[in-house]
This record gives sequence, structure tokens and C-alpha cells, in this order.
Amino acid sequence: MAELVSLTDGVRSLVEDGDVVALEGFTHLIPFAAGHELIRQGQRELTLVRMTPDLVYDQLIGAGCASKLVFSWGGNPGVGSLHRFRDAVEHGWPGPLEVEEHSHAGMATAYAAGAANLPFGVLRGYFGTDLAAHTRVAEIECPFTGEQLAAVPALRPDVGIVHAQQADRTGNVQLWGIAGVQKEVVLASKRSLVTVEEIVDELEPRPGAVFIPGWAVDAVACVPGGARPSYAHGYYERDNDFYVAWDEISRDRTRFTDWIREHVLEAVPA
Amino acid sequence: MTYTADEMMAVEAARRLSNDTVCFVGIGLPSLAANLARRTHAPGCVLVYESGTIGAKPTRLPLSIGDGELAETADSVVSVPEMFSYWLQGGRIGLGFLGAAQIDRHGNLNSTVIGDYATPKVRLPGGGGAPEIAASVRDVFVMLRQSPRTFVERLDFTTSRGDNVRTVVTDLGVLEPRNGELTLTQVHPGANADEVRAATGWELAVANDLRTTEPPTEAELTALRALERA
Repeated sequence: MAELVSLTDGVRSLVEDGDVVALEGFTHLIPFAAGHELIRQGQRELTLVRMTPDLVYDQLIGAGCASKLVFSWGGNPGVGSLHRFRDAVEHGWPGPLEVEEHSHAGMATAYAAGAANLPFGVLRGYFGTDLAAHTRVAEIECPFTGEQLAAVPALRPDVGIVHAQQADRTGNVQLWGIAGVQKEVVLASKRSLVTVEEIVDELEPRPGAVFIPGWAVDAVACVPGGARPSYAHGYYERDNDFYVAWDEISRDRTRFTDWIREHVLEAVPA
Repeated sequence: MTYTADEMMAVEAARRLSNDTVCFVGIGLPSLAANLARRTHAPGCVLVYESGTIGAKPTRLPLSIGDGELAETADSVVSVPEMFSYWLQGGRIGLGFLGAAQIDRHGNLNSTVIGDYATPKVRLPGGGGAPEIAASVRDVFVMLRQSPRTFVERLDFTTSRGDNVRTVVTDLGVLEPRNGELTLTQVHPGANADEVRAATGWELAVANDLRTTEPPTEAELTALRALERA
């Protein structure tokens, strides 16, 4: 059964320096508050895994928490570049960042393989592109038809962190709207933390919602607003203005560092 | 009515979608074009966004592929693994839009790096859904502003293959594959073939039956601007 914890305690008990950590949420329900807690706790040498690094990994990378990034699309959606990610790859600031790059389909397949406790996932992809030569992928032959397919190694993060709308007091989690790879990352990870908008006495089943039972989750923390500036369907909208503003804030190292100090390091943990 | 180059691009791309198109939409101009088609001649056009929203009907243009309104108005919202494996790899999606930083004469695209992969001059966002979209849909539409920096002889990196690229709509005209390479088949009003050649980094072939694009109609522009304003 999942333990109900504070965000600070949840992150402290589950994440160690050097861990492979995946914060997921495909545009929706991005666990920003948990990302900020990783920065406040001064985590170092993390391998960060995430399909769409988004602002949250731009912040973690710029704050010096990561030594490696596993990803499939590293931009500011609808706006442009992630400047801290670029600065790390192009200039090694604040430190060198190793990248393992995939396609969305490859990464989704790798998470699903991890959740299924398989060593690899299989798809039609990668070959004929230059990505195949620069990432962890292998060509395999279908034993039944002889078709050449791509094998991607399963993603098995040490810690998976997602944000959801609701949990009950035994840690059962329900999320709805765009569900991304949240279920897959929780089930693929050795340990998991779910932050939620609210704890309710009883979850009301919703058609089409994703349900993750409390016995498949390690810790649940109540963090209202924990996905801002992304959004939580039914609670608050995406702060598109902030996504646009981030372009300027993140362009300059000093301005970025000031922003992190003011809004993350000196902020009270949620 | 006067109009911008971007509006011409969106209108011309939209015209090529039909009422039975099932279309994988990226953000920006593709999303504008697909939504315009749905608002004008192709109300039945199905918009699929990689965030998992199938049959989205947004009233205003989303900033990201995962804006809340896409989920609220969708026929169904599926997980990302389901989207890529059942729907895209499963061959259910007929048309996909792609953009890129570079394109070559075969429609191969680069959205990964400018310069060397290990020590890039510019690190771009990367492929995202593009490699498998390019491989899995029947028809790939590319929307890209045309310049010698973008339309290059040789890509710095091949992010996706051009085998299924059928149409490239630019701010100057339309390119389509003829005899195995992208050929200028249409110029937009105000542009001419020499100008498009000058904006292309390879020796661009020009079709004998080169046509001039119909300028956007008042109805098209009104619908387009209503979408952008909403």
C-alpha cells in the first residue's frame, strides 16, 4: 500500500544521487513541484528520463542535477528551444550532459516493455534514419515472418514520478484527460511517487480514467497545483503565457539562476 | 484582402485535406491548416494529435499538442503507447504533417542537429514523433519556409525519411516528387520560379505544367483569422 507522505519526505526517501529518474506527463500533469523538490534537495548526477523534457527538465538540467538525459523531443512546445538543455549539450553548462535520444514511438515502446517486465520492446522504426547509429537500438528479425524490426531496451527507471488529479487514503490513484505514459512509467519503475491535486475519501470512478492501485505505488504526496505551469484537467489550465515567458528567462544563465533561486530554492516546499 | 505568406501556406495546405482525411497533426502551421480545413470544406476531417487525442475539435488554436481543449473535444483520448502502436504503426492514419529545420531533394528531413551530432552547432528539439509518422502514414505533408539554409543539398542529420512525402508547402510555392525528386509544381501569387530556385540549396527542377496557386479567398481568410483570434 502506498504511504501518504509530504513531498519533501517522498522525494528524500525515494531518490538518491545517481539514480535514474523519470518524471512523466505528456504536456498534461507534468510533476513540476516534484522536479523543484529534486532541485531543492540538491540531487546530483541523475539520469533524467522523459519523452518531452519540457520546462521541468530545462530547470533540472540548468540547476546542475543531471549528468544524462534520455528523451525523444526536447523543445518548448509551441514556443521553440529549451535553452538550458541546449546550453548543456552545446557548451557543457553547467556540466556535460550525455544524451540518449529516441523517437516518441521508441520511448513509448520502451516504457511499455519495462511495465511488462520484458527486456526489450519491438517496433517498426529507427532504421533508415541517422538516429539508429547514435542510440541504444538493435535490428532484430521476426522469428515468424523474417521481417526486420527495431528492438529498444526496456526502460526501468529507479524512480518514476507522476502527477495525478486524485488519490484516496490508501494511495489508489486516479487521473484523467491526456494520460501520456503515466501508468507505464509507474509500473516500469522500481520505486514510484505520485503527487496529486487532492486526497479524497473515496475515488469516484470516471469513464476513460487511468486507475493505479495503491499497492502498485510506493508513495503519494498531496501537492495542489503541483503540475503548474502545465495543467491538471478539471483543476486548472495550462499557463501558456509562462511557457512563452520561459523563453526569455531561460536564455540567459544569470537570469535563469536568479529565477531558480527566487522561485525554487527560496520557495517553501509544497 | 491582403494576406501573409504564412496564411497562404496554411490555406494551400488546408485545401489539400478532404472530408475523409484522418490526419496526424503537429503544432503550429499544420495545426492551423488542419483546423482550417475542418472549418471550411472538410468538416469531417479527423484530427489526431500525438498526445493521444483522437478526433479533437478545438475552437481555438492550441499552443501545445496536449492542450486541455484537445482532450475535452476529442472523440477519445488514448495513452501515448497506444497512439503510436495501435493507431500510427497500425496504419490507421492516412496523412501526417511534418516540419523540420532542413529538407533535401528526396524529402528527407532533419529536426535533430545543425552540425555534428556529438558536438552540434545548434541542438534542435529532435525527432519526437516524426520518424515513425514519416514511415507509417500513406501521405506526408511538409510545411516549411523556403530558403537555401532550409532546402539543402545535404542534411546534417536524417531524422526521418522522405519516401512518403507527397507535398511540400512553402511560403513561395508547392513542391511535389516527380521522377524521384522534389519538383516545383506551383508558385504562390507574387512569386516566380527563379525566386524559388534562388531560395533552394539544390538545382531545383521546375514542372513544365507549373501553376500559380489560387490566392486565399475571403472566406478562407475569415475562417483562418477567426481561428487565430479565438
